[in-house]
Amino acid sequence: MNRFSYARPGSVAEAVREVAAPASKVLAGGTNLVDLMKYNVERPAHLVDVTRLPGLKAIEETGEGGLRIGALVTNTALAYDPRVQERYPLLSSTILAGATAQLRNAATTGGNLLQRTRCYYFYDAATPCNKRVPGSGCPAIGGVNRIHAILGTSEQCIATHPSDMAVAMAALEAVIRVSGPGGERDIPIAEFHRLPGDTPERDTNLGADEIIVSVELPAPRFATNYTYLKLRDRLSYAFALVSVAAALDMDGGTVREARIALGGVAHKPWRVPEAEALLKGVVPERGAFSLVADRILEGAQGFGGNSFKIDLAHRAILRALSQAAAGTPQSQTDKRIQ
Amino acid sequence: MADLDLPSRQGFAPDAALPTGLPGEIPLTITINGERRDLHVRPWTTLLDLLREDLHLYGTKKGCDHGQCGACTVLVDGQRINSCLSLAVSRDGCEVTTIEGLAAPDGALHPMQQAFIEHDAFQCGYCTPGQICSAVGLVKEGHAHSAEEIREGMSGNLCRCGAYTNIVDAIGDMLAQETSQEAAK
Ligand SMILES: Cc1cc2nc3c(=O)[nH]c(=O)nc-3n(C[C@H](O)[C@H](O)[C@H](O)COP(=O)(O)OP(=O)(O)OC[C@H]3O[C@@H](n4cnc5c(N)ncnc54)[C@H](O)[C@@H]3O)c2cc1C
Ligand code: SF4
Ligand code: FES
Ligand code: FES
Repeated sequence: MNRFSYARPGSVAEAVREVAAPASKVLAGGTNLVDLMKYNVERPAHLVDVTRLPGLKAIEETGEGGLRIGALVTNTALAYDPRVQERYPLLSSTILAGATAQLRNAATTGGNLLQRTRCYYFYDAATPCNKRVPGSGCPAIGGVNRIHAILGTSEQCIATHPSDMAVAMAALEAVIRVSGPGGERDIPIAEFHRLPGDTPERDTNLGADEIIVSVELPAPRFATNYTYLKLRDRLSYAFALVSVAAALDMDGGTVREARIALGGVAHKPWRVPEAEALLKGVVPERGAFSLVADRILEGAQGFGGNSFKIDLAHRAILRALSQAAAGTPQSQTDKRIQ
Repeated sequence: MADLDLPSRQGFAPDAALPTGLPGEIPLTITINGERRDLHVRPWTTLLDLLREDLHLYGTKKGCDHGQCGACTVLVDGQRINSCLSLAVSRDGCEVTTIEGLAAPDGALHPMQQAFIEHDAFQCGYCTPGQICSAVGLVKEGHAHSAEEIREGMSGNLCRCGAYTNIVDAIGDMLAQETSQEAAK
């Protein structure tokens, strides 16, 4: 780990001033940043420890019937909050599908959204990587790419965003509130993470001088027909190869609105609103689900090692929609897929 | 943590961005196994290295140093975390319990330690301090009620010897004891 200076601001305004320092980094739970610092992938000159900022550890009701989650709320606190379990069980279930109890106890809401890719080459400072060193190349293309993206890739980078939580938040249309030198602004989650394009070094649209202060969930609508289906190489303690957050707002026997977000397939949680619209007013059954899956995966491209993900994702979408329609969400303890 | 004097290679941020001169040690007040300690640490010291290298509490083990094995699990303010991914400075004011702090002052073992012995829940023992701290955290969290839930809740602790079956039995036994004590109340 490189040497760095350390500050522990006592207010959001002070934290925003501190992150303006060159090559500074925010430290929250540390479970991703400290790991990357040990690999010399992150080499901050200045660390801004936000863990003591007041007011960012609460989950509060919003005027619009939703919940505002402070950036420092841990993954554990969020998953087990009774309001979240009751009104946003998709989010609770999704968080519990990720990492381990120890990691979730330390990991924060803000840090989880900003965790970096698990691409092997990104992690290995001895290899080229456009995300780590712009212009150095992407060895994952033509290399080992079992865990890589099949959608929204570019010639510069085919990395995925590894978060589970962000996938549920995408389905729930969460809004991320950030604070910077010019005050606060809101970024809908769909616009928060970026596709790699020609700038794979930028994961998100958060400014270098901004910090996340909270994440807001709109009023709940998907508390009955939902599921988070995570497929991975081990049953626990492994990142998703493909995951699907599916939520249906039902009107009797037909779908009023559907939300489907995929993890493990792109540089951001993957949603295709036009595909979701295909389910509007439709009786939920396999034939309709298949058309939706086709539409979501339109243009999917494999790179050899990850080509299996295209079929896997298709089946995962079908299965997740069946689980959601039946109101039988995937258990995150009993991993048998019903 | 040793600062590696690595040759400059691809992937490093420009060293010009690094502060010149060594930043000073930072004061840290931390309660470890019930004892308040006033310390000074360098900001890049992890909680794990503080425990082992500075305080010579070697019970907490370093397996992977990257959050992937659970050998370094300790309880911070009663919650289990991976001490290898936590910077000590960020735990200022916290209470840390390590495997050394679980037994009673008279040396009587913590019931979880006793359960591990009774169930022969370890072989080489390297993962054991982390397993036991994690298991204590798991029981306290109160979300595990079945063998399946114990396995899922303990998935952050790997055991290369494969003592899993007996570990799950030991924890299951503890949970059953807790439940019967609750029922007796
Ligand atoms: C072995 C292992 C397995 C894992 N498995 C999974 C998994 O299955 N699913 C999953 O989703 N995740 C998994 N994770 C990742 C884990 O969820 C993340 O590391 C964690 O959520 C990051 O949160 P943190 O608070 O520790 O962030 P930090 O490590 O503190 O920070 C992460 C990044 O966010 C920035 N940051 C943090 N907070 C703020 C803020 N408020 N404002 C601005 N910037 C901020 C930091 O500067 C840093 O760049 C795993 C991690 C490990 C080590
Ligand atoms: S996929 Fe992206 S992160 Fe991985 S090596 Fe290529 S450029 Fe780097
Ligand atoms: S040493 Fe911390 S998890 Fe392995
Ligand atoms: S007892 Fe040897 S690693 Fe677990």
